[in-house]
This record gives sequence, structure tokens and C-alpha cells, in this order.
Amino acid sequence: MGQTIAEKIIAVHAGRPTVQPGQIVNVSVDIAMANELSAALSIKELGEWGIDHLHNPEKICLIPDHFTPNKDLNAAKITKIVREFARRHNVKWYFEVGRAGIEHAVIPLEGVILPGQLMVGGDSHTCTAGALNCFATGMGSTDIACAWATGEVWLKVPHSARLTFTGKLRPHVYGKDLILHALGDLTTAGATYMSIEYHGDVFEKLPLSDRFTMSNMAIEAGGKAGLFEFDQKTKEIVESTPRFIQDKPKYTPYAPDSDATYALERTYDVSTIEPLVARPFSPDNVAVVSSCTEVNIDEVVIGGCTNGWLEDLVRAAEVFRGRKVHPNVRVVVIPGSQRIIRQACDLGLPQIFIDAGCVFSTSTCGPCIGGHMGVLGEGEICVSTTNRNFRGRMGHLSSEVYLANPAVAAASAILGHIGSPDDL
Amino acid sequence: MILKGKVYRAGDNINTDVIMPGRWCHLTDNDELAKHCMEDHDRDFLKKIKPGDIIVADDNFGCGSSREVAPLSIKAVGIAGIVARSFARIFYRNCINIGLPIFESPECAEVTEAGDELEIDVFGGRIVNATRGKEMTFAPYPDFMQTILRDGGLRAWVLDKVNKK
Ligand code: SF4
Repeated sequence: MGQTIAEKIIAVHAGRPTVQPGQIVNVSVDIAMANELSAALSIKELGEWGIDHLHNPEKICLIPDHFTPNKDLNAAKITKIVREFARRHNVKWYFEVGRAGIEHAVIPLEGVILPGQLMVGGDSHTCTAGALNCFATGMGSTDIACAWATGEVWLKVPHSARLTFTGKLRPHVYGKDLILHALGDLTTAGATYMSIEYHGDVFEKLPLSDRFTMSNMAIEAGGKAGLFEFDQKTKEIVESTPRFIQDKPKYTPYAPDSDATYALERTYDVSTIEPLVARPFSPDNVAVVSSCTEVNIDEVVIGGCTNGWLEDLVRAAEVFRGRKVHPNVRVVVIPGSQRIIRQACDLGLPQIFIDAGCVFSTSTCGPCIGGHMGVLGEGEICVSTTNRNFRGRMGHLSSEVYLANPAVAAASAILGHIGSPDDL
Repeated sequence: MILKGKVYRAGDNINTDVIMPGRWCHLTDNDELAKHCMEDHDRDFLKKIKPGDIIVADDNFGCGSSREVAPLSIKAVGIAGIVARSFARIFYRNCINIGLPIFESPECAEVTEAGDELEIDVFGGRIVNATRGKEMTFAPYPDFMQTILRDGGLRAWVLDKVNKK
């Protein structure tokens, strides 16, 4: 029987010729990653278990990003614990503030993970890296502590879902709209326990960043991972990372067999998809932008681990160029990583955002998790390019978040209400 | 292992953001976590429950973030177990890993109301709702998960592996 991409990668890491969905296997882990919040708990657990020897510090990645640059004394306390742990154990992939960014943007662009590899991360959006044809999945702190100590984790082999996107994209429709469309169809529980495989000819026309956006939000459908096939675009990104240029590591991409079995299959004709938003309080509460234009807004957040890629910033900047943010709105632009900020500077993007009246921020999770850098007040309404709009996610319990793509977010910022670039 | 307790009833899609809001995610101490459990879902949660109680929920309990502080806080307030129509994946494995028994039973979610008395035979695959006079079964855990739960979490498995090396 044929195997899906996820099954092939899991089988290789379990040391078996094949695996079956539902089977519980132990897999070797190529990278076990954590941010300061999940790492602090993993470090505490290792201490309680009396473990002071790590299996392989070269396979550990630590990125403080949620409440950094330290937003308060609590953040300072836990990032200090993580930093000291990284130093004591010679953790190879420790990324310090100022040389890092948001974990899911840093990992693929620095070459921490390669196609065909298996990564676990103490963050649910670890699935972002699946865009590079690797199996990457979010787990809790106990799992991460286990991977650090033993080099392995237990895994229930997921069923796979195959989502195919074909046809010609309409204007201002991007990867974000495609995944929101799928979420509207599948719901937030539609792919629970499944590994999502994305296929279709639209991805030939979109940059790799749109794949990251879609893999990132696989978890919003309950998915365990969100994978793409390997192609020339993947190769270009992977082989331009600093790690690849320096070490030229070998890697093995995996394609699904033609007779692979999928528990769920959907084909979406993208030519019918308009720019979309997800209304409060769930990413599957999807509506067309044109039906929400009466919603006045207070804040716009552009960036994060979902849409903080260079192409996203370019799309937003194109909308802002020569225009001003609406007087009632404040905008925070948060590129995914330091590398992306540097590239944005080369393209002159910060000037455009600043001239329009936006905050151009350093990379941080910040407002996405209601932490800092733009927390929402009572009753405030925000358009955000991030991935979750649960009640209270970005601040006060009564605040509301609409998820959208960067061009829609920028247009809304200028209009003062939800709208698309065509409404300007 | 038998759990016996009163039911706290929750609905669909109870996400980890409302179980343990982002503003408390820097905490690692169980007593501190216990103070904020379910804070953004139900301000009176802590007043309504006592140690040994059981949460019964509908679909997709624990969806969203992988934050282990969410199930840890539930364990820390003394909740003995969680029954739901279905669970989000990361939350489910986090519960197993920290030794918090968790059961998928659409049938139990169907008949159970807040305040009912439940009795759960963790490894026997049986739930009794004494208040409604209903007896239900659930699929037993795979062997591997049973072992972890019996050990009270993943710790023993990890130590065993580390010591063998
Ligand atoms: S930007 Fe938001 S979703 Fe992404 S890792 Fe940070 S908190 Fe999580």
C-alpha cells in the first residue's frame, strides 16, 4: 500500500519500512525546539527528573520570542533561565534577541530544519516548517524535555488529508485566503489528528511564503502537520540559508506514492475565492471581506509567524505606499525575523510603513498572544494577519479580532474599517 | 484506577487560551497556575469545583496553543479527569504525558449535565453516570498510553530510556 509524505518521513525516523495510521511508534528527532515559555517548563521538568545530560545539543533549538525583548520582570526571569540552560549545555541553535525573530520564521530561513527531517516544537505552530517538506509538529513541554533527554518521542501515526487547490487566483487573494477558505469548509476540528498535505497548481504561481502561511495554520484545522511537496522553489529557499551555504548538509525530500491513502480529500477551485476574513472568535468563522465593510476598527497588526514573511510585507507596503493610516487606527508591523527585517530595509519598506503612520516593530510574538506591543483594550476591534482570534487572544476579553491577509489588513488600516485594496 | 466525582460541564472548542491565558504563560509553578485555571472561560470556575471533580465537555476540548500550562493548571486544581466528545491532539497527548486521565466519550457528553455524579474505571473502559442511571463504555487506551498513565506521566519512560543508554 502506498504511503503519504508524513508516513514516509515517520517510517524513516521510526526505523521501519512502513507505518500505518493509528500505530504508536518511537521516532528519532532531528530538531526539538522550544520558545522561552515552553522551554522554561521543559527545563523545570528535566530538573525534577534529575536529568542533566542532554542526548545531543546539536539537535536542540531555543528561541526566546513570545515576550521578548523582555517585556517585564517575569519575561526577564524566564529568558534568563533559558539562556543559561543554552550556554551550560552548548545548545547549537540558540538564537538571541537581535539575531533571531519569531521561531517559525527563524527556523526555516536559517536552515535549522531540512526537507525530509522530523522536528518537534514546544509550540503549536511548529507545523509551519512543513512547507519545506519536513514533518514538523507541535507538542507540549514534557515531550520536548523527553526529546532533549532521549533524542526520541512517541508518536501516533496520523491519518493524512489531501487538500488540492487549482485554478487562477483572483486579485488580492493569497495563501492566507486559501487556508481560511479551507478552514471555513473543514472547521477547526475538521482535520484533527491528521497530517495535511497541500497540493495543486496554484503553488507554482505563489511564492514559498504562502506555503508557510498555510502550513502554519494546519493546526487551526486541528492538524498535526501541514506538508508540501518539494520543488524548485523549496530548493532555492533551503539552499540559500546560512547553514546550507556553510555546511552543505545532505537532505532527502519525500513525495507521496500515487496510491497513498487519504482519510480526507478536498479539491478547491481557487478562482471562486474572494479575499476573506475570519470573524471573532474562531478561525473557521469565515466571511468574504466585502460582507464586513461596516466593521470599524481600532488596530491593525501585520506580520507574526503567519504573515510576517518578506512577500507579505511587500504586499502590505504596496497598499500603504503614498497613503496614510486612518486617524482612528493604529498599525503595528511585525516582520517574522531579523533576516526579514534586513531584507525589508534593502527594499525600502520601513520608510513606506513609517511614512504611512505605522509602528515598524522588531520581531516578537507580542500582540498576537496579548503580551505586549499592541495589546487590545476593552471592546477594541483589530484586523490581524496572525492565526488565532479566540476570545481574549490579543488582549481584553471583550476585544475582537478579524484575521486577514496583509493586503486586506493594510487596506483596512487606511479605510478605518474592514475592506480590500479595491475599496481604496 | 477508579475516579469518582461531580461534573463541571463545558461546551465546544474550549481552547487553551481561555484555560490558561497568554498573560500567565510565564508561570511554571503548579500552585500559581492553579490560581488562574479556566480564568477566561469562567471567572467562577475555582468556586464551582473541588478536588476530585471531573470536567465533561463537548467537541475539540483543548484546541489551540500547545501550552502545557493549560492541562497542568487543570491537574493542579485537583480535577481528576476530563471526558469530552473529542479532544484536540496536542492537548490530549499533554494530558497523557502529565498523567491526567482523559477520555473520549460522545455518549457520556450526550447524557451528562453539570453536577452529575460520575464514576470512571480508567483502565476498564467504563463510565457510570449515577445521577442519570447510565452506564457507558469507551475504547481502552493503547498499551503504551496505559503504561504512561499508570506511571503517572512520561517521567518513568524517559528515565528508563536515559538509564539504558
Ligand atoms: S506569532 Fe503568535 S502564533 Fe506565532 S508563535 Fe508567536 S504567539 Fe504563536
